[in-house]
Amino acid sequence: MKGYIVINKEICKECLLCINFCPKGHIVTTTEYNALSYHPVGIDETKECNGCGICATMCPEVAIEVYRE
Amino acid sequence: MNKVLMSGNHVIGEAAIRAGCRFYAGYPITPQNELTEYMAEHIRHAEGGIFIQSESEVAAINMIAGASAAGLRVMTSSSSPGISLKQEGISSMAACELPGVIVNIMRGGPGLGNIRPSQGDYFQATRGGGHGDYRTIVLAPASGQELSDLTMEGFDLADKYRNPVMILADGMMGQMMEPVLFKKPKPRKYSEKFMLRGAGTGKSKFIHGLILDPIDMEEHNWKLARKYEVITQKEPRFEEHKIEDAKMVIVAYGTAARIAKGAIKRLRAQGVKVGLFRPVTLWPFPELRLRSLSEIVKHYLVFEMSTGQMLEDVRLSLQGYADIKFHGRPGGAVPTPAELANVIAKFYEKID
Amino acid sequence: MVKTVFKRPRSLKENVFHYCPGCGHSIAHRIIAEVIDELDIRGITIGVPPAGCAVLAYNYFDVDMIEALHGRGPAMASAIKRSLPDRVVFSYQGDGDLAAIGIAESFHAANRGENITIIFINNAVYGMTGGQMAPTTMLEQKTTTSPAGRHRTLDGYPVKVSEIFSQLEGVTYLERCMVNSPLNINKTKKAIKKAFQCQLDGFGFSLIEILSPCPTNWKMTAFNSCKWIDEVMSKTFPPGVYKDNIAAAKKSAEGR
Repeated sequence: MKGYIVINKEICKECLLCINFCPKGHIVTTTEYNALSYHPVGIDETKECNGCGICATMCPEVAIEVYRE
Repeated sequence: MNKVLMSGNHVIGEAAIRAGCRFYAGYPITPQNELTEYMAEHIRHAEGGIFIQSESEVAAINMIAGASAAGLRVMTSSSSPGISLKQEGISSMAACELPGVIVNIMRGGPGLGNIRPSQGDYFQATRGGGHGDYRTIVLAPASGQELSDLTMEGFDLADKYRNPVMILADGMMGQMMEPVLFKKPKPRKYSEKFMLRGAGTGKSKFIHGLILDPIDMEEHNWKLARKYEVITQKEPRFEEHKIEDAKMVIVAYGTAARIAKGAIKRLRAQGVKVGLFRPVTLWPFPELRLRSLSEIVKHYLVFEMSTGQMLEDVRLSLQGYADIKFHGRPGGAVPTPAELANVIAKFYEKID
Repeated sequence: MVKTVFKRPRSLKENVFHYCPGCGHSIAHRIIAEVIDELDIRGITIGVPPAGCAVLAYNYFDVDMIEALHGRGPAMASAIKRSLPDRVVFSYQGDGDLAAIGIAESFHAANRGENITIIFINNAVYGMTGGQMAPTTMLEQKTTTSPAGRHRTLDGYPVKVSEIFSQLEGVTYLERCMVNSPLNINKTKKAIKKAFQCQLDGFGFSLIEILSPCPTNWKMTAFNSCKWIDEVMSKTFPPGVYKDNIAAAKKSAEGR
């Protein structure tokens, strides 16, 4: 099963819960900045997303949308 | 319609229900328990009428705030110490522009005080007593009939200005029985847009007193102030009794005014030219009328069942244009008209 | 064919939360909004935010809301529900709001069996005011007003709201949950849905206590806060259903 996520980087507060709970390692830290002055998380395309939705379940900011193909 | 003989506390309850009050919350405290009990017995027979004996006076004021937001006509009642407990809630209702009637059947104070009638809560009623820049409309009945009329009017004023209204009475008024004619109340005029009943299919709204941005907060304070300015211009009420040829005018409200009337009757029979100015709204205080009175009457005697609180509003109103004396009986030591007449006579003698 | 697995619930406004990174309020708000969407009750829900971090809850929930004074939410909610019995009324409160200043109001609303739902966010501190000791602060837990750690003779013991309130006959459904893992978040959402359904069915008072991370005042990362709930907090505040009289309430309703 393949999935993909869309991260709203502007509202990410770098709590890193998504990274900690993602079973696939699909989400990683970045050195980018957003307007809230956090480093938003980003995607590692080499680690496949399966659309489980765990990241979005954990994300306090509702910053992640999850889709499954 | 017939007059009924009813004790003061009951009159307030009956008038409230007739005026459409459908939510009452209160906690027992002497000398107003008869009002709480009357609401418990009677409001449930009115359609949609709700009574809750709350766990405290604090809970009661917050309950009526909720029911007021839901769109009901609401009332709570207590006596002095319990009214102290309600202050945060009253401030909040003023901030959120929620109508409601709060009845204070005053007793001796400060502190636990006693259960006798007094007028020690004038400052609390008219100068806050909650925090922040708000005002409470304060109505001071002086008879059984006024307990009914002013309670009914209280609901109208609360709705008209979206503000808490206080009925300030005392333990004597709460107990005394007089013939009362319950007048037909006016139909309620209160827009649904102020009510919180669920968003339905439209936009959600919220009612709040918290305004973190100081510019917004300032604007809100001035908005309230403008409202209070309108009330100050339009709503002062008073009674003038035998002042046309008076050399000295007693200024008193509520039970004190009743006693003063009895004293004046005795004194007039002896040729003493004394009259009474009775504020009916304590806020807004009828200061303009009192000030204009000072053009013809130069001597005033303020009589309160306290150590002197309305006295300050009389001084502010008269602005030094007239001589002001004071007689007070705090703590529930209520004088008879004869006793008061003797006191007034002594002050009168000293006038040149 | 692409399927949406997760999107922002409709009953949650687009505003960015003012809550800290990793805060349990954010998660709780979202799952409540999801339940409101799923039960299709947005138009008839009235919420009462607390004084506390969630005082601005009305910026997030797209339902009618009215601010309550500190601790007085349950009194307001009781009155609103009695005035408008067909609406869904919930009070959302923190530790101080429900268990300190507001203990009388929450206790008596529960005791009266008011047909409302209380969402109780337990993070063992006072969040908004900067991390002071709460009634729910655990023994030896350091806070800004218990710098040496909560001490049983100086400060008393942590208040266990679920255990205490479940004793009240007026309570129909009471569950303690956690929002520190995907599994627990889903469980909490189910509990909230059950509580709102209990209210919709007119079965009486429900309370959901939610053990919630407060990384800022616990001085931990968000992930470690979630672990701390499992390893420490849930030992003092064991999760689970503390009261469930819904079946009995249903039976007596059918009997009529």
